[in-house]
Amino acid sequence: MKLVVAIVRPEALSAVLEALFRAEVRGLTINRVQGHGGEVERVETYRGTTVKMELSEKVRLEIGVSDHFVEPTVKAILGSARTGDVGDGKIFVLPVEKVYRIRTGEEDQAAVTPIDETAPVLVR
Amino acid sequence: MSAADTAWMLVATALVLLMTPALGFFYGGLVRAKNALNTLMMSVCALGFVGLAWALIGYSIAFAPGNGFMGGLSRVLLRGVGLDAQGTIPHLLFMAYQATFAIITAALISGAIVERMRFGPYLSFITLWSLFVYAPIAHWVWGGGFLATMGALDFAGGTVVHVNAGVAALVAAIVLGPRKDYARQAFLPHNVAFTVLGAGLLWFGWFGFNAGSALAANGVAALAFTNTMMAPAATLVVWTLLDLWRTGRATAVGAATAIVVGLVAITPAAGFVGPKGGIILGALAALPSYFALLVRARTRLDDSLDVVAAHGLGGTVGALLTGVLAQKVWNGVADGLAFGNPRQLWIQFLAVLASIVYSAAGTFVLLKLVALVAPLRAATREEGLGLDVTQHGEEAYAAAEGAILVLPDALPMDTVGVPELEPEGGRA
Repeated sequence: MKLVVAIVRPEALSAVLEALFRAEVRGLTINRVQGHGGEVERVETYRGTTVKMELSEKVRLEIGVSDHFVEPTVKAILGSARTGDVGDGKIFVLPVEKVYRIRTGEEDQAAVTPIDETAPVLVR
Repeated sequence: MSAADTAWMLVATALVLLMTPALGFFYGGLVRAKNALNTLMMSVCALGFVGLAWALIGYSIAFAPGNGFMGGLSRVLLRGVGLDAQGTIPHLLFMAYQATFAIITAALISGAIVERMRFGPYLSFITLWSLFVYAPIAHWVWGGGFLATMGALDFAGGTVVHVNAGVAALVAAIVLGPRKDYARQAFLPHNVAFTVLGAGLLWFGWFGFNAGSALAANGVAALAFTNTMMAPAATLVVWTLLDLWRTGRATAVGAATAIVVGLVAITPAAGFVGPKGGIILGALAALPSYFALLVRARTRLDDSLDVVAAHGLGGTVGALLTGVLAQKVWNGVADGLAFGNPRQLWIQFLAVLASIVYSAAGTFVLLKLVALVAPLRAATREEGLGLDVTQHGEEAYAAAEGAILVLPDALPMDTVGVPELEPEGGRA
């Protein structure tokens, strides 16, 4: 099992979710985060105060997948989150030691495999 | 000159002026957070740009003596607009009162093109529009133009303000095209509470809009005032019941919209229909707008905040129903269809038609003219980032983390004047 952590532009989120669901990736968690990559900072002015905004709004997705699902997941994100400009984000693939599904107590592979295709999909 | 009338019109002018920032909040709550300031600014800046254009040129086009189509240029730069009486109030006050109408009418259009129009072209467009579309139509109805001669009834601007702005919004939405991802993604309001606040303040200001249009503190003003209260109340009841009937839930965005639709619809009729007529008008006005909103959302027309359904359609329904429900015993001017004068409905229809044709053509030409000088639309990337950051360099909900103060180059750190030793608690 792997944990795919992707950091993408907030405005790309809808496209990413669409691509993931099309790739049949159904379980994920997102947060709104702030971070700094290589992008040019924005300058904003409030009355006489000019500030450089060093942190940009991003969205972090965390997706637990079984090994053979890593590639379709990553491909879906790469294809949907890319604009070609600096600031498109990163994808990290991390090893996972153990996974439990709380509802059933299932472990590992079984815990990250959706059982019921018709079960409601939880987004956000 | 009457002191009572002057006092009321001073207050009414301030009330109507408040409607424009209120509209900013009504619209601002309905857009996404990244476009909140841009949407507010579209209303707020109209106060300055359209207000000034009105005083310099627009007032003359609308209200100076001229022909049936437009006024002359004799009042340009407020020449001859002084403290002498215009009716029973100072001429200058009449001009200021009318300025608030020009401002909000231009700002209304912004609801159709939010989240994608560049700010500079927007300002140029509404300024030109207030001079070349709004001012002539105001002249037709209130400045002694051809619709006034025909006997069209428009108490506070059903055709001049709402049909006019609604049609301009339709044309602007078509010319600009839909937002990126329109009909692919859901665009949710970022702060419904702002929208409800805006609707409440609009209603408050609208008492100045309608009752002030009597231009006097008299019985007609009281009639218009009461209608401005009861017609939207009826619209709100019908709208809420429709919501409950369709979905089982009454929505807050729906209630805010209902208030605006009711206010729009009663505007042309406010001083011409009796209170029962006003209630009937308000109740009936809910139906077309309610269903138009549902249909619009399924089309490719990205009239983002439904200016066409609320103002265009609401204004048209109000203007036509004025021709049905007007009652001479209340207004002393004319009866409508329901009281034995079917001709009035025909005149109302012609007035609406004339406004639609002229507003559509004028709006189209002006937008294309502005587009010759500068592109109307923000780049797709800017639309993604949001217009607050890209057009204004500000955010409505900025996170302070990661903001680094930029000091002016001319003042290096040691000359800015931070004392070496700050006495304990020494700062005031």
